[in-house]
Amino acid sequence: MANEQMTGSEILLKCLVDQDVTEIFGYPGGAVLPIYDAMFVQNALRHILVRQEAGAVHAAEGYARSTGKVGVVLVTSGPGATNAVTGLTDALMDSIPVVCITGQVPTHLIGNDAFQEADTTGITRPCTKHNYLVKDVDDLARTVHEAFHIARSGRPGPVVIDLPKDVANATGTYTPPGKVKLKRYDPQVKGDLKAIGQAVELMAQAKKPIFYCGGGVINSGPAAAQLLTQFVRLTGYPCTLTLMGLGGFPASDPQFLGMLGMHGTYEANLAMHDCDVMVCVGARFDDRITGKLDDFSPGSRKIHIDIDPSSINKNVYVEVPIIGDVAHVLEDMIKVWKSEQAKPDQKALKAWWNRIDEWRAKDCLKYTQKGDVIKPQYAIQRLYEATRNLDDVFITTEVGQHQMWAAQFYGFEEPNRWMTSGGLGTMGYGLPAAMGVQVAHPDALVIDIAGEASILMNIQEMSTIAQYRLPVKVFILNNEYMGMVRQWQELLHGGRYAESYMDSLPDFVKLAESFGAVGLRAEKPGDVDGLIKEMLAIDKAVIADVKVAKLENCFPMIPAGAAHNEMLLGPEDKAENPASEDGMVLV
Amino acid sequence: MSPKQETENAHTIAVLVDNEPGVLARVIGLFSGRGYNIESLTVAEVSHEENLSRITIVTSGTPMIIEQIKAQLSRLVPIHTVRDLTIEGPSVERELALVKVAGSGEKRVESLRIADIFRARVLDSTNQSFVFEIVGDTGKLSAFIELMKPLGLVDVSRTGIVAIARGTEAL
Ligand SMILES: Cc1ncc(C[n+]2csc(CCOP(=O)(O)OP(=O)(O)O)c2C)c(N)n1
Ligand SMILES: [Mg+2]
Repeated sequence: MANEQMTGSEILLKCLVDQDVTEIFGYPGGAVLPIYDAMFVQNALRHILVRQEAGAVHAAEGYARSTGKVGVVLVTSGPGATNAVTGLTDALMDSIPVVCITGQVPTHLIGNDAFQEADTTGITRPCTKHNYLVKDVDDLARTVHEAFHIARSGRPGPVVIDLPKDVANATGTYTPPGKVKLKRYDPQVKGDLKAIGQAVELMAQAKKPIFYCGGGVINSGPAAAQLLTQFVRLTGYPCTLTLMGLGGFPASDPQFLGMLGMHGTYEANLAMHDCDVMVCVGARFDDRITGKLDDFSPGSRKIHIDIDPSSINKNVYVEVPIIGDVAHVLEDMIKVWKSEQAKPDQKALKAWWNRIDEWRAKDCLKYTQKGDVIKPQYAIQRLYEATRNLDDVFITTEVGQHQMWAAQFYGFEEPNRWMTSGGLGTMGYGLPAAMGVQVAHPDALVIDIAGEASILMNIQEMSTIAQYRLPVKVFILNNEYMGMVRQWQELLHGGRYAESYMDSLPDFVKLAESFGAVGLRAEKPGDVDGLIKEMLAIDKAVIADVKVAKLENCFPMIPAGAAHNEMLLGPEDKAENPASEDGMVLV
Repeated sequence: MSPKQETENAHTIAVLVDNEPGVLARVIGLFSGRGYNIESLTVAEVSHEENLSRITIVTSGTPMIIEQIKAQLSRLVPIHTVRDLTIEGPSVERELALVKVAGSGEKRVESLRIADIFRARVLDSTNQSFVFEIVGDTGKLSAFIELMKPLGLVDVSRTGIVAIARGTEAL
């Protein structure tokens, strides 16, 4: 069947099936009608009809992050494509494999300002890993297969295929995946053994080492997290994770220092500042991690493992770069570590751990739950306690204080359980992402830890959740503020709360009911456990409205532009010079 | 590369790309989106059979920025090869300019005399004007154009730099 003839739409769907796609998230429109028509007469692909295209991309991201597979999106031309842009940018920033098929006006109308025409490849060029406009139906199969390869290999990312309507209707030849040869694009997976040798040598001499690991560990696949755990335990060195890396190393392990960065723990950030050898594994030294660059870990020599050469020496100079896939490189490093019989200086290491224990003794995440107002930290801690021993739990978040508290107070033991918008910080991410996770894992417990402002950004997806009977749980920490904005205004803008109060909020319980979900509310600390118990017992979607302290701030905090050792630990600490000019211009 | 070298230098970077729609937009978008300089950029197909074009970019930055530029370019899917001709051994660079000078009398004669010194050729001439073609390195072209200014320079079109490594190796 080498020269099978079919329409462009059929070719597209056959490509998807041959790429092991089983679910796609989409929304129809004129330019994709032929594709929907072809979908109507097949059973291999299940289409999930979202309520807004941004929701489709975030759902595909949640799907991808919880399964390791490529998430697939189908939207129409013009507004369908432009609505997808936020999700594509989000996927690019967080390196999530997504293939997004956008309809396009027929080729003879391209450039004519035709109805629902947008220059989709032009608009999405900077927010995709790669994109295509397919003008010839005989190029379609090759393009789709290449797109999947590009989306999932190397540093993963979103790929757009713009498909004009006449190409979808034309008849052409199908080419199976095995027959597609790529002459270009060949990411390096194995690390250079000489560099690995140098890295191991440097690590073995360390007196104050630290592992600093990120989303690359998750993207490399579950084996990477296992190898990392093995290596960290083998060395006895402390390990900290970025927001994107949570789950890459077990949160309950005594060698785990917690998350680092702007709202990271005291011990993690100070250990980063004071270390003498830093082993960066699949993380990228972004500004939320480094704080003030000039003062970032001034005394350390650094090893950086990354599959993307452009991440090396971008912000921070490293002595030993290793380009390659995290799992492959770690496997080799462990081998070399063992064969060289590396023996770290145990006395120095003990002294280092003693320092770390002193920092830990600060108990930087402490809070007190007293009185009759629910502390947001308490709500998350109780949620964690109630769900940590369950088998199959996935947590997504929106963006804001609740996101940081979730990262601080919910412990992840394994990868692919935690989905949050790290790089782009997209409010409205969590609900559709949870929806995508639930589609991939119908029997799992999927919870979106949300803020009352963020949840309104993609609340329409409650309708999708209802249609497909997805038992997603939305756990809102309702402080009636864009809390994170309010916190910055309090700490950096003299307490002028410009436009950060959430007026005229809906009644979330009734809102849930109107979507056929169950609405629950907790107003007093004593309600929290009961609410969680009830929520977990309900076999359908739930919106839990947890009324929390309105003015609580998220600590620790490294103000933008400050160094790791200039951290604010709590309300008693005022930013030394909150309006430092350098800091004020930063985000 | 040393950690904190802050001096900015010009680098000539040669890039081999698939000749497909949008490829130039990707390169230019990368430079503008990330705030890198483009001092000169040329592009043309170099192999019809293999469908390859060659882009020559002159850019400037600190060593860390130049490293970034090369790594970012290499990340683009249609890009096959990225070479920094400035640091990877000796190379030759050339640029071509068409220079129109209008005038009469002594100035007209003088422009012709200078063109001769610079080995510029006359491509077009009217009673009132010349179009000169001049080839050389960027400095030579700029010097020639500078000298033409008082002699009635009215228009200039320059190609930007093309460059190639010396010796036997291909890109
Ligand atoms: C789409 C988008 N717009 C604006 C912002 C800026 N922003 C960051 S956090 C935040 C407030 C979030 O409020 P809420 O969801 O209630 O969470 P809280 O901080 O109160 O927990 C805003 C507006 C953003 N991250 N995303
Ligand atoms: Mg809020």
